[in-house]
Amino acid sequence: MKDFYLVLKNLTRKKMRLFLTVFATFIAFMIFGTLTAFQKAFDSGIELSADDRLIVLNKISFTQVLPIAYANRVRAVEHVEAMTHLNWFGGYYQDPRSQFAMFAVDAENFMEVFDELVLTDAQRQAWIDNRQGLIAGQAIAENFGWQVGDRIPINSNIFSQRDGRTDWDFDVVGIYTGEDPQTDTNSVYFHYEYFNETQSFGGDFIGFMAVRTSDPSLNEEVIKSIDDMFANSPAETETVPEKAFNKAFIEQIGNLSLILTSVVLAAFFVILVIVGNSMILSIRERTAEIGVMKTLGFTSSRIFRMVLAESLLLALIGGVLGVLASGSLITLINNAPIQLPVLVLDSSVWSQAMLFVIGLGFITGIVPAMSALRLNIITALSRS
Amino acid sequence: MSDDILFDLKGVSKKFTKGKDTITVFDGLDMSIARGDFLAIMGPSGSGKTTLLNMLGGVDQPTGGEIWFDGSRIDSLSENQLAAWRANNIGFIFQFYNLMPMLNAERNVELPLLLTKLSRSQRKKNIAAALELVSLSDRARHMPAEMSGGQQQRVAIARALVSDPKLMLCDEPTGDLDRETADEILTMLQLLNREYDKTIVMVTHDPEAAKYAKRTLHLDKGVFVEKDLAA
Ligand SMILES: Nc1ncnc2c1ncn2[C@@H]1O[C@H](COP(=O)(O)OP(=O)(O)O)[C@@H](O)[C@H]1O
Ligand SMILES: [Mg+2]
Repeated sequence: MKDFYLVLKNLTRKKMRLFLTVFATFIAFMIFGTLTAFQKAFDSGIELSADDRLIVLNKISFTQVLPIAYANRVRAVEHVEAMTHLNWFGGYYQDPRSQFAMFAVDAENFMEVFDELVLTDAQRQAWIDNRQGLIAGQAIAENFGWQVGDRIPINSNIFSQRDGRTDWDFDVVGIYTGEDPQTDTNSVYFHYEYFNETQSFGGDFIGFMAVRTSDPSLNEEVIKSIDDMFANSPAETETVPEKAFNKAFIEQIGNLSLILTSVVLAAFFVILVIVGNSMILSIRERTAEIGVMKTLGFTSSRIFRMVLAESLLLALIGGVLGVLASGSLITLINNAPIQLPVLVLDSSVWSQAMLFVIGLGFITGIVPAMSALRLNIITALSRS
Repeated sequence: MSDDILFDLKGVSKKFTKGKDTITVFDGLDMSIARGDFLAIMGPSGSGKTTLLNMLGGVDQPTGGEIWFDGSRIDSLSENQLAAWRANNIGFIFQFYNLMPMLNAERNVELPLLLTKLSRSQRKKNIAAALELVSLSDRARHMPAEMSGGQQQRVAIARALVSDPKLMLCDEPTGDLDRETADEILTMLQLLNREYDKTIVMVTHDPEAAKYAKRTLHLDKGVFVEKDLAA
């Protein structure tokens, strides 16, 4: 590639223009990389849902409670392997603005149901044995600097204790990780008994249940058994596969992928205009030079390739820098004390970005490359 | 055809059509240029000097007639064949130097060599020799904008001769230079003609410049006229 030096020199001859076009491309690819990571994280929330897990909710609404007595009846249903109930606690640590996912659960059965969470046997036993014990995900523990053995106060923005306090004391007895890097480790779980005995709202209710069936193929049967069991009772249930539940939950936020796609498309449209226009201008300015190159014996197709290579290189520089920057941004977001799924920038984001680089370079380069290809030597030189 | 004829033009015509109008620049021009000639072409503006040079250089094609170069016809070559032919046979020198502004002197001189199969080290050798010939070895890394007009034209001469073409075509090579610098450039062309056997065809307005050539032809409205009439 003897012409690479020429391409590079052409690209860098106007430093300010180069900076502006690379910057525009950079921003677009940073948006692309970051939003795609978000989309993948939300999608993976659905994909990582266990096929053999069902969620039992109050039929009226997801926010309505169920009596605790339902728990043992559900556990007894045929093909139910394990069951835990969960109550949303509305927990926050020190700062009321940073609420996190915290649930009061059936500690003895919890790990049987959520078997993708990894906890050592010793920590699991320590949790079961300690009524005030909680287990925290690795991400949130790192966030707040919690370590096993810490005694910490956690507040609820929903419940209060019978003595009027809104904070509860907990022992951090375990820190769990996930089998998959995208497994959410931003949640905290503690004993239902501790919750039920101390809170002042009247007891013996649960938020919802999570059930693990013997096999995904039996899900329909189990769903029917559970919902039929509570039909015509004061609190009817609606049992749904976890995947469907997560999907519905994410769709409450809005049609996320449509929003993300529109933002990315808008960003790319803007750079298409900016970079495309800049390429056309810079080739037009070089009319006489291209005429000279052709006179010297450079073929039109070779000049065509050089112009296209220039726009591809431009897109490549902006694209690579942009995706790298989105990588740093994602690390920053992952480390920030906010409740978000784990974002990862995997190779599929990179390969998608490289496809965009090629597309962008081609679209912004084709018009000036064609005009360079067609440029007639005599008209080019007489214009100088 | 005689061995010492480099160019032979037989009944060459050239017409430009603009809308309904047709401009006939040449209508049956005959001309031959000997190997080793240094030919100056003079004539009033619009007489067809540039058009003739363009046809000799294979950047423009005649509407009719034949152009023979070194025993083969070039007027019927395709665009790509002509590009290769130009790269192999012709060195071009322009009035306004036409160097690439983003390349330094040696990279400018290298351009025609990018069309050859020479390695980078061989190219470097040839570039150094060409710059030496135009006495610009010490300016190899200078950008065109950092050089005077005369220096830029010398870089352009180095670019024109680096691939060792048989023929050099110069359109008003001193048109943009002062007398002293012009004489320097013309002396250089003369040297290339005498010592390095380059055939040179030069278009010029300047009778002083024409004196450096071996012979001068006067063009008027597309035909060569007797020198005595113009003098
Ligand atoms: N590309 C072109 N299209 C139309 N007419 C042209 C073109 N090139 C040259 N001509 C015409 O041909 C004639 C000769 O032009 P040219 O060769 O440039 O003359 P000179 O170089 O002697 O001044 C002029 O009348 C000019 O207007
Ligand atoms: Mg002219």
